[in-house]
Amino acid sequence: MSDESRMLLTDCLEVLKAAREDEVVISVMGTAREWSKISDHPLDLIYVPSSMGQATALGLGVALSQPSRRVVVCQGDGSLLMNLGSLVTITAHAPKNLTVLLFDNGVYEVTGIQQTLAASDFRRDEQSICYASLARSCGFQVVHEFASVDDWQVGVKECLSEDGPVFVVIKTTPMTENLSPKSPGPAAERIRNFAAALQVED
Amino acid sequence: MGITHVVFLPDSTLGMWEESMMAADGLEVVRVCREGEAWAIAAGLHLGGAKPVVMIQCTGLFESGDALRNVIHDYKLPLFGVIGYRSYLSQASLPGDTCLTFTEPILDAWKLDYRFIDTPDKLSMMAEHYEQCRQTNQPGIALIAEGKA
Repeated sequence: MSDESRMLLTDCLEVLKAAREDEVVISVMGTAREWSKISDHPLDLIYVPSSMGQATALGLGVALSQPSRRVVVCQGDGSLLMNLGSLVTITAHAPKNLTVLLFDNGVYEVTGIQQTLAASDFRRDEQSICYASLARSCGFQVVHEFASVDDWQVGVKECLSEDGPVFVVIKTTPMTENLSPKSPGPAAERIRNFAAALQVED
Repeated sequence: MGITHVVFLPDSTLGMWEESMMAADGLEVVRVCREGEAWAIAAGLHLGGAKPVVMIQCTGLFESGDALRNVIHDYKLPLFGVIGYRSYLSQASLPGDTCLTFTEPILDAWKLDYRFIDTPDKLSMMAEHYEQCRQTNQPGIALIAEGKA
C-alpha cells in the first residue's frame, strides 16, 4: 500500500476523540504518545511504561470485568506481532464490549522506524501481512479496514458501538519525529486513578 | 476468599484442577494462549474490580518476565499467582530438569513473596498467603511442587 492511501495517526486519533463518549481508551507506544497530547479523560489509560504486546490482554481483562463499558485498545502492528495469540484469547472469551484498533504503519515506529517482518520487503511474495484476514482467521467476526480519514469518520461510531469483539485495521503512515512515548506521570498513581474511575458506577 | 477469575494455562498437574474450577460457583476460568498475557489480563480484571488469580507452570513464569515486571513493579498491582514447580517431586520423565535450578531464583529475582507448598499438609498456606497479600495489598505467589512434567 502506498503512503498516499495511508493516514496520519494524529488525524485518526482526532476522529476517535471526536466520536468518543464514555468509552475506556487504552493506548500504547505511538498511539499513547499522540493520545496523551489530545485527551485527558479519567477513563484513558496511557499504557506507558508497557510490556510490549500486552495492551490487548490488558484490554481483555478490563472488558471482562466491566461488561457494561466499551473498552477500546489502540495499538500498532509491531505491538500486535509481539502477542498474536492474544487475538485467539480474545475471540475465545468474546467480550461484546471490546474494540481493538490496529494502527498499521508497517514499522516499529518508536525505535526508529524499522520495518516489521510483516512488511512487504520481508515477504517472499512481496505482500505485507493482511491483519484483517489474520483477525478473521483468529475468530473475529466483526472486522473493518479503513484507509481514508473520511471513511474512518463515517465508520468510527459503529466500531465503538456494535457487538464485539471488534477488530479495526487503520492504515497509517509512520511518524518521523519525536517518536518516543513518555509516561505522563507516576505509573502506579495513574493506574490507581484509572481503576477508581473505572469502578465508579456508570 | 472472594476470587472471581482464574487466569489459567494448564500443565499436566494444574490441568487436573480445571474441571473443579469450571464447576465452582462464582468463579470464571479465563484460559490464555501463552503465560505472559495472563498477567496483563489479570491486571485488567483487577483494575475493573475483579479478584483474579494467575495459575501457570514455572516454565510459563519464565516466559512471563516482562509482563510480570510491568504489572507488579511498574504499576504495583497486587496480583497473586499459583505456580506449578515442574519436576520437584519427580524427575522420572525429565532427569536434570533445569526448572529445579531456576524457579526459585527467578521468583527471588522478580522480588515475589512466595510460599512453597511441597506436601499436602502445607496446602492451607496457599489460602493464608493469599489472604495476607490481599490485606496488605501486595503481590504474592503460591509455589506448588509437581511430580509430572
